[in-house]
Amino acid sequence: MSSINEALALEAPGPRRRRRLRRDAFLPYALLTPAVVVVLIIVFAPMIEALVTSFYDYVLFRPNAAAFVGIANYVKLFHDPVFWTSLWQTALWIGLTVPLQMGLGLIAALLLNRDFAWRGLARALVIIPWALPSVVIALMWRWIYDPNIGVLNDLLLRLDIVRAAIPWLASPDVALYAVIATLTWQGFPFFAVMILAGLQGIPKSQYEAAAIDGASAWRQFRHITLPGIGPILATAGLLRTIWVANSIDVIFVMTGGGPGYSTYTLPLFAFVKARQNLDFGYGSAIAVTFTVILGAIVAVYIARTMREVER
Amino acid sequence: MKRDGFLKRLAITHIPVALVILLAIGPFAWMILTSLTPSAAIVAKGVSVSPAGWAPDNYVRLLAHTDFLGNMGHSLIVALGTVALGLVVSVTAAYAFSRFRFFGRRVLMLQFLLVNMFPVVLLILPLFTLMRRLGLLDTHLALIIANATVAIPFAVWMLTSYVGAIPKSLDEAAMIDGCSRLQALRRVVLPLALPGIISTGIYIFITAWNEYLYALTLGGRHVRTVTVAIQTLIGEYQIEWGLLAAGGVVGALPVTILFLIVQRRLVGGLTQGAVKG
Repeated sequence: MSSINEALALEAPGPRRRRRLRRDAFLPYALLTPAVVVVLIIVFAPMIEALVTSFYDYVLFRPNAAAFVGIANYVKLFHDPVFWTSLWQTALWIGLTVPLQMGLGLIAALLLNRDFAWRGLARALVIIPWALPSVVIALMWRWIYDPNIGVLNDLLLRLDIVRAAIPWLASPDVALYAVIATLTWQGFPFFAVMILAGLQGIPKSQYEAAAIDGASAWRQFRHITLPGIGPILATAGLLRTIWVANSIDVIFVMTGGGPGYSTYTLPLFAFVKARQNLDFGYGSAIAVTFTVILGAIVAVYIARTMREVER
Repeated sequence: MKRDGFLKRLAITHIPVALVILLAIGPFAWMILTSLTPSAAIVAKGVSVSPAGWAPDNYVRLLAHTDFLGNMGHSLIVALGTVALGLVVSVTAAYAFSRFRFFGRRVLMLQFLLVNMFPVVLLILPLFTLMRRLGLLDTHLALIIANATVAIPFAVWMLTSYVGAIPKSLDEAAMIDGCSRLQALRRVVLPLALPGIISTGIYIFITAWNEYLYALTLGGRHVRTVTVAIQTLIGEYQIEWGLLAAGGVVGALPVTILFLIVQRRLVGGLTQGAVKG
């Protein structure tokens, strides 16, 4: 029935046509309502609650004693040495993991972009670390790092690289780097896939022309490949920075932040405070502080992406 | 001459590629070997590389003496629920974003992108108190809602790009033939976008299946998903690596295979930053 009306409306200009146009102006909002409302309820409302909670002294097991304390949680936070340790380790965590993932991803992509018989199989297999659940990855690497019967120590001892087994996750000096290595392994396929997509967008003719001009492989890489994948490297790098910063499941399962505070990052600090001490007020204050710091990186990324969407 | 070329190719392509692939699959392959070696043998002689030392002991124990299949059932319910909720609210939103230019479009799109960037830890605390207040802790619904915080923004962005790739002229033609906007959406755009919708759904399924922190915090004794259950296999007194590895393989293999099937379709969405890695 309505379709007949619509057809009539199309043919006859006048009030009906105008009503249709007006309805069309509301239609996108109507279509968006379910998604927007759900996101408001399950994301934005809780987030505002987290912000509010951060101004309260709120410990879960004594909810009646919750008191408004203003910025006291934040003052306490900035005087907490664990906060500064976590902040520094977060910087180290991002600063090492993202470039390592990108470097390894770039090497993998350049290799997989070559022409060889089992390329399809290789491209499928390289993605496996990305597909595995974080928990499985974390436990798997705990097994590999096991100080007594883990395969890594076994290999290193057999190859005479180390004299004695290294307690990878139990030593405060090594643990953070061991977890960074795991996260590098988890994340490099993402870069490989992104960069590979970028490499395929570079016209072959450019390389042929350069080869005729006698450009070396290195010069071709510097002047054709790198500029060609530059935008993808920037986007993927920013995106990855945000996710690596946020990612706590692997650390949580591998070390729980230990030994001591040696593998604490800011989000992990917030999570552990809330989970183990049930101190939701302080935990929320840490989470909010972390979000504000991360916000700077997010802003750069959003600005980039929205520019592309507008095009 | 030809032989020389082959050796060169072996050195600069095949061997380096093989090394990268070994790095990528080595740890998981090691876990499969661990799962095939009986626990006692692991402690005594280490993981067996040859089939002679393999036995299905760990798998038998996993399926017979733990509730792992039940955990997989919970994961399945949560993941399917997340897919349903994520797709249903996102399809119309994606259509609106790709077909209309309206006031506030930019801000709303930005909002969906932004949501994906927020730290899980900022959301997990208030979601916990919210679910506690509503009495939803330890229910499937709590986990579905929590996973939807990731799934909805992701689906909106992915589907916007899929629907955007369908020519506008098709729905215009349908409307000239007498369809209303919504009929054009249902009869023309949806069928054409179906492959995109399916791969988006599969990706949501995978992320919901693999999700750990929400499942740990909002789940409990009644609703324990695979990712949380795997950790409980670790054993109370000593670490049971064999059993743990079997749980890891059984819990991860289905989604890993799914991921390999859909990954090619996701690359387009990747470059827009919608895919959570």
